[in-house]
Amino acid sequence: MLILTCPYCGVSGEETEFHGGGEAHLKRFGPGASEADFESYLFHRENPKGVHFERWRHVNGCGKWFIAARDTATLQVFGTYPAQTTEPPQEIRDKITAARPGWRWRDFA
Amino acid sequence: MKRYSAFAIAREAARNHIGWGRAWAKRPPKKRYDVIIVGAGGHGLATAYYLGRNFGITNVAILEKGWLGGGNTGRNTTIIRSNYLQDPSAAIYEKARSLYETMSQDLNYNVMFSPRGLMMLAQTEHEVRGYERTAHANALQGVETEFISARRVKELCPIINIDGPRYPVLGALWQARGGTARHDAVAWGYARACSDMGMDILQQCEVTGVRQADGKVTGVDTTLGEIGCDKLGIVVAGHSGVLAGMAGFRLPIESVALQALVSEPIKPCMDVVVMANTVHGYMSQSDKGEMVIGGSADGYNNYTQRGSFHHLEHTVSALIETFPIMSRLKMLRQWGGIVDMTGDRSPILSATPLGNCFINCGWGTGGFKAIPGSGWGFAELMAKGQSPLCDAFGLNRFTEGRFVDESVAAGVAH
Ligand SMILES: Cc1cc2nc3c(=O)[nH]c(=O)nc-3n(C[C@H](O)[C@H](O)[C@H](O)COP(=O)(O)OP(=O)(O)OC[C@H]3O[C@@H](n4cnc5c(N)ncnc54)[C@H](O)[C@@H]3O)c2cc1C
Ligand SMILES: [Zn+2]
Repeated sequence: MLILTCPYCGVSGEETEFHGGGEAHLKRFGPGASEADFESYLFHRENPKGVHFERWRHVNGCGKWFIAARDTATLQVFGTYPAQTTEPPQEIRDKITAARPGWRWRDFA
Repeated sequence: MKRYSAFAIAREAARNHIGWGRAWAKRPPKKRYDVIIVGAGGHGLATAYYLGRNFGITNVAILEKGWLGGGNTGRNTTIIRSNYLQDPSAAIYEKARSLYETMSQDLNYNVMFSPRGLMMLAQTEHEVRGYERTAHANALQGVETEFISARRVKELCPIINIDGPRYPVLGALWQARGGTARHDAVAWGYARACSDMGMDILQQCEVTGVRQADGKVTGVDTTLGEIGCDKLGIVVAGHSGVLAGMAGFRLPIESVALQALVSEPIKPCMDVVVMANTVHGYMSQSDKGEMVIGGSADGYNNYTQRGSFHHLEHTVSALIETFPIMSRLKMLRQWGGIVDMTGDRSPILSATPLGNCFINCGWGTGGFKAIPGSGWGFAELMAKGQSPLCDAFGLNRFTEGRFVDESVAAGVAH
């Protein structure tokens, strides 16, 4: 069972309290962008077997969006953090490095 | 290959069954093949089979990291239908369904295809209109389906409660030649036929890298060493993203867990397949008497082949309303598979940015039914570089916004 902790209200709950929102840290491309960038933004997804960053919403709670760092092969959660950021905080990266040395996700490592 | 027949059974019965050979050969890998297929699920094996049968390409290896058919091919609920909305879908799924009709004879292997009839219940006005539309589309596509009344639903499947309080049954989309087949047998039958053509099936052989030079694939690294190839076909379902990562391109695919479960065996009580898409549940009865049940997929990326408990709870509680007689049935087993989901819920059968590398994936929650049609089309694509069955399912449809949208059409897809 997947247990997440909301970084806003601090509540820990199993996954039915939350709702998955897909890949985190997507860079938006809109009108004027190249077709490749637009396609990539809309459709291409990281789909790693291992470390992953993804958005969640605390739907049956405070209602806020946050980001979780999680291993898709074990469901281990390395940590959660507020969504108002464009990259994972150093502290979370360190935690992942301790558990998964040499990890890499897009440009983050 | 020794043929299976009634005569063979009698012969072996008379001599203590000592004459049954291996169904497929076990050989060490060669240095190089004309074609390497990664993934010995139904789609990979069917591709290899039709490469040999339709195009005479038999210097082929099928590489499998686990055991043959141990992926989604051996984990699904075996529903076969071709009542899709869009023309390209109807073409490939109906090709597959029609190949299932003669598969046991073609492969000389009993795949227990059982066209027992399949209904998709309409439980809201919206679904009634949707399925009437699909029935009309199917009529134009030459796929035999019809929209039937609630009374006819009750006649065909007496254990259904058609006037449930929340979701009464208002009618159904009926495909009389839809049904089920034995999933393991499909993989085993193709494997035996491939082996008979001289192809190598290498189990416990995981691909760990894709070797390239000048924008082309030259071979793969595996747990059994490096193996060279002229063409590479990637057919690994839930692991497509992992393989694409090795090859260096990205896919519009996310992998999630989908679960199924079976009840204790009971006497025959249901001889059709019933899908209830509004409540996210579907059911059929296996030859052993178990009720085979499937539900909805997890809402997040997952490679654990387990799935979340609340989906089972949701599926079973919804089905009990439609099938009250099963409220006291015990559930025996539950399992999960990792399914490869595309945004439009249609598959990808495509060339890739690497000239001689092709990918067949994105079958998601509903690719068992498509195995022979997919193998037929994908073999043609790999052999000739182009195939009418695959044209609409290229990766370029995402660049061009030319989707084959079955997500709206089906709600749930199996
Ligand atoms: C619970 C459940 C119920 C379903 N119900 C239905 C249904 O009723 N009807 C229907 O039509 N479809 C159904 N499906 C979907 C269907 O099972 C799949 O679409 C189909 O089986 C996919 O076949 P495949 O050959 O592409 O993949 P798989 O059978 O998964 O084969 C892929 C193979 O690739 C191998 N592989 C992966 N990575 C590597 C590597 N690096 N090296 C070597 N080998 C590798 C895997 O081990 C696996 O054996 C269901 C799926 C699930 C999980
Ligand atoms: Zn919260």
